[in-house]
This record gives sequence, structure tokens and C-alpha cells, in this order.
Amino acid sequence: MSVIAVRDLTKVYRMGDHEVRALRGVSLSIEPGEFVAVTGPSGSGKSTFMHITGCLDRPSSGVYELDGRDVSKLPKDELAQVRNQKIGFVFQGFNLLSRTSAIDNVELPLLYRSKNTFRTSERHQRALRVLDAVGLGQRYHHMPNQLSGGQQQRVAIARALINEPSLILADEPTGNLDTRTSIEVMGIFQRLNREQGITVVLITHEMDIAEYGTRLIRFRDGRVVADQAVLHRRNAAEELEALPPPEPDQIPPPPADEHAAAH
Amino acid sequence: MSILMTLRIAFKALGRNKMRTALTMLGMIIGVAAVIAVVALGTGAQQMIEDQVKTAGTNLITIRAGSAQGAGGVRGGAGSSSRLTPEDAAMLRQLPELEHVAESIQSRQQLIVANQNWNTSVEGTNVDMPAIRSWPVKYGSFFTDEDVRAAAKVLVLGSNVSDKLFGEGVDPTDTQIRVRNQVFKIVGVMSTKGAGTGAQSMDDQVFTPYTTVMKKLIGQTYISQIYVSALSADEIDTAAAAVTAALRVSHGTSSPEDDDFMVQTLEDIVALRSQTTNTMKSLLAGIAGVSLVVGGIGIMNIMLVSVTERTREIGLRLAIGARSGDVLLQFLIEAVVISIAGGGFGIAIGYLVALFLNNYQGMAAIVPYNAVVTAVGFSAAIGIFFGFYPARKAAGLDPIDALRFE
Repeated sequence: MSVIAVRDLTKVYRMGDHEVRALRGVSLSIEPGEFVAVTGPSGSGKSTFMHITGCLDRPSSGVYELDGRDVSKLPKDELAQVRNQKIGFVFQGFNLLSRTSAIDNVELPLLYRSKNTFRTSERHQRALRVLDAVGLGQRYHHMPNQLSGGQQQRVAIARALINEPSLILADEPTGNLDTRTSIEVMGIFQRLNREQGITVVLITHEMDIAEYGTRLIRFRDGRVVADQAVLHRRNAAEELEALPPPEPDQIPPPPADEHAAAH
Repeated sequence: MSILMTLRIAFKALGRNKMRTALTMLGMIIGVAAVIAVVALGTGAQQMIEDQVKTAGTNLITIRAGSAQGAGGVRGGAGSSSRLTPEDAAMLRQLPELEHVAESIQSRQQLIVANQNWNTSVEGTNVDMPAIRSWPVKYGSFFTDEDVRAAAKVLVLGSNVSDKLFGEGVDPTDTQIRVRNQVFKIVGVMSTKGAGTGAQSMDDQVFTPYTTVMKKLIGQTYISQIYVSALSADEIDTAAAAVTAALRVSHGTSSPEDDDFMVQTLEDIVALRSQTTNTMKSLLAGIAGVSLVVGGIGIMNIMLVSVTERTREIGLRLAIGARSGDVLLQFLIEAVVISIAGGGFGIAIGYLVALFLNNYQGMAAIVPYNAVVTAVGFSAAIGIFFGFYPARKAAGLDPIDALRFE
């Protein structure tokens, strides 16, 4: 069963007098364990596609099945629960709550579960587990402003993982990061994808970042214009090994990087 | 999501911005503290009046002369009627509902003793006065029935008058004193009673037989008041009714409009005085209430700023699964927590102010419990009322727009 299956997806916005047809009939499916990079110039419809697959928006027409369930016509509150249970978001700007510790940020989605809620101790344990999985080291109680950009994005990825979603939607996750940190973050996605089989959909306009995926989908003018396997896939772990070590005044890489590099 | 989780989220959000939370609370704190302090003062003042009136005796009934109807319908003011007479008092003495009856007639006189003098009110009364007012004498004794019958020139001084003329702690009994060029004998001094129901101190007056005032001082054949006491405080209404009925018969009036006398119980007097303090209390509490509303507007203002400032946070919460109801509740709870906590601190501060006024300013201030309960309820209501609009604004945000918000 596909994680994402969309058929004839369209989205029309009304902007004053004229209509904007952001999606003009998109059909595709994404299988479990895929690492899909969605690219395209701005205005191509890739953001609209992400909003709909992320259940943040509903299509004007067409069918969207997430994990086999048609979610294209669900009411708002049910969409919220679908987002909570099935989708983990990673944003360009991290979107961590300020003055809130890493662990509290990671626990946040657990607070919005409507069923199978956890006790405080269980929430903590889960949060610690996913924070360890993204390699934040011991900085559980650091505030976002005490963390580097890469570390903040790790916290955000941990937050996306905590409800064990079917799908991680990463919207330009390296847009605010330097080259080395970008590779580190892509390394985390690759590792999660490879080791835990987590389906990743990566939205980016940078071709070199898109090449960390297994499959490339290119949007233009609201349509899919290319959908192919990535020929020369980049391996973040290997690239990191080849890079010179970070300058000493930088924050030392968390232990998970060494772990990833060992593979 | 449970309400408990929402509470948790709201408290965490408030804790993230402690300074702002505290400043927003300040508006509520000042408002509630002001209301509590003002209400405490008002209640204290009212209590004081009631206590004062009670010192005058709770089963006291006052009968005043009504207005005189002159020729051509010209009416005099209260007390202008000359139709309240010693005969009325004698008639009232026959009523079984009454315990004591005392005639009353006033005159202002200059008292002179040696090189001291003092202008005060001379109250003509009879021997029942100390019993009606439950007012014992300090030195000497009260004048007697014999003195009343004989219109004897005897005086019983109020403690203030005694202090002014003879100095404090001096027993002036049997001293001669001149009133209107007549020599009176001081037979006693009343104990200190304190402020009366009027502006004047109860202790700044002297007592003499009413017959003496009528015959020796002002030459008048009628009296201005009769004080009577009911058998007990519970029977005061029946006693008042009996007095009214008896006087109507003897004065030949049939309807309340024709009455040339007024029958007042202490309750009437308390009600009248309380009305004044109540008006003052409401006025002041109203002004203080305005500051509460201003505090509420402060909360709304800050919450609106907060919603705008936290748009991305709201977007994120929506993205990770918060329903708009969760967001609404979160912001509403934040507002209510601010207002209730502010109200709580306000009550504490208001209480301290009342305590201070009591102990250091000599003012009576009583914090009534219902005012505390009302303050808490009102604070919560203000939080909900002024928090709802910002909360709805937050809940109505579109997650995509909110996430993009810069």
C-alpha cells in the first residue's frame, strides 16, 4: 500500500479577480521507504503539493489517499489529527518554540494526541529516544538559542519523529544552514530512511540537495514534468568523512555523526 | 487533547514571557485591589454607623413633632408643630407595649462656671432617659421624678461638657453652675458614650428635667420629641405601630398624610444613614471598577500583540496536530490565568491595604467575603470576555499563512 497516492489533484486559488491554478492534475504515488525529492522553480506548485500532502490544505478536486485512507475531504479537526499521527514536518526555519527546552519542544506533538495519550514519564522517554536518534548528544535541556542551526534542525527532526509518522515532510530543511551542516542534516534523513525505513518527502529547489534522495519529482506550472530515480545518489555520511574536520571554535559535532560516519 | 494538557501548554507559554505576564497582571492587580479596599472601607463605615446607632439602644423609637399647618396652607418644617405635648407622653406611658417613655425638648445655652464657659445643647428629658439609652452615670446620680415634678434647676453633664468646664477626671457633683443667669446644681455626670447618630457627640450635651426647660429656660408648652423604648428589640415594630395608632386617636388624624408626628425606629435611622454610605460605596467601587475594565482591556491588548507575535508558533502548533479549538482554549486559558492570578494578588493587596487602614489609620475597613468571591468571579469573567477575541483570532489562523508569517 502506498504511503501517498494522489490522482488528478488540482488546486485553484482565488486571488481577487483572477484564479491561480496552482496544481493542474497531479497523479503519483509514493511507496513506503522511499526518499523522494520534490523540486521545481517557485510557482511550480511544489509548495501547494506539499501543503496538500501535509494535510495543511485540501485539494480543489482529485483524490489524496494517505496510508490508504482518503483524506482529501476530511474536516479541519480530523486533518489536524492526521497531521499529528501520520506526518512529521521539518521546516526551513526550524520553528522551535523559543525559551522552551529541546526535550519540551520534541514532546509538543505528544500533547496534541487525541487518543492513546502518554504519561509524563513515557513522553520523556520517547523524547529522549528520538533526540538520541538524531544525535543531539546531552543537550536535552538546552534552549533553542543555546543551540546551533544544525542542532536546532536536529531537534525539529526529533519532533517530527516522535509520533512515529508514516511520512516525514521536509520543506527546504537546509535552506538556513551552511554546507557542512546541510550535509549533516541530510545524513540524518538518509540514515533514518535507510535504517528505520521512514518515508521522506523532501521539498527543495537546490538540485544538489535533491540528489540525496532516491527519487526525483520535478514540478513546473502545476504539473509533474519529471519523475525519475536519482542516478548518482549522494551519500552524506561519506561526504562528511571526506570533509576537513570542523574548525575548533565551532560547536563539536554530536556523537551521532561519528556513528553515522562509521557506516 | 485534554483540558489538563491545554492548561499545561498555557502555563508554559505564560512562563516563557514572565515579565510581560507580570505587567499584564498588574492592571488586574491594581483594579481588584482598589475595588477590595474601597468596598472594605465602605463596609467598615457602614458597620461603624450600625454600631453607633446600636449604642443608642436597639429598641428605641423616636416620635418627632410633624410639620405645622399654618393659615392658607403654609406648612412649617419638621418639628414646627406644637402638637406634641407632655400629655401625649403621659398617654403613651399607658401603652403596655412600651417600657420607657421620655419627653425631649432641646435648647442651646451658655453654661458658666467660675471663669469657664461652654455653649452646649441642653436636653430636657425625664428620669427614663438613662434606661432608654442604656447610658449609666459616671459621677453622682441622674435627677429624680421629684426634680421633674418640681421643674428643679438640676443638671446632669455629658462627659465632654464636664471635661471642658472642670477638666478631665474631676467630679463636679454638687457644684453650682449658671445657665441663663439662673443657678443650677450639678447632680451628676454621664459616662462617655462617643459619637451619636448625628454629627454632634452624644457627650457634648447636658440633661435637665424637661419641665425645667419648658418653664425655666424657654417658656414653651409643647415638646419636640418623645423617646420611647419597646419591651425588646423584636417587638419594636408592634410598639411603633401601637404608638402611631394611639397618637392618631389622640390627635384625631386618620391617614398617614394628616399625621402631625413622625414615628421612627432605629432601623429607619440606620437605613437612612446606610443609604448615604451605600451611595458613596457604590460610587467609589464604580470608579475602582473602571480600573478593572481598563485592566481587562490591557489583557486584551497584550493578548492581541501576543497572538501576532506568536503567529509562527500558532502555525507550528496547528501543523503538528493542534485543532483550532485547542489553540482557542490555550489563549483563552492564558488570558483567564492572567486575570485570575491578577485578581488573587489584587485581593491580597486590597486586604493588606484594609489591614493597614485598620491598624495605622484608625479607619474601619472590613473585607466582606462576598466581595472576595465576586472579585474572583469578576476577574475570571474579564479574562474570558477580553481574552475571547484574541483567542478566536489565534484559532482562526490558517496554518500555512501562519507558518509563513515573518
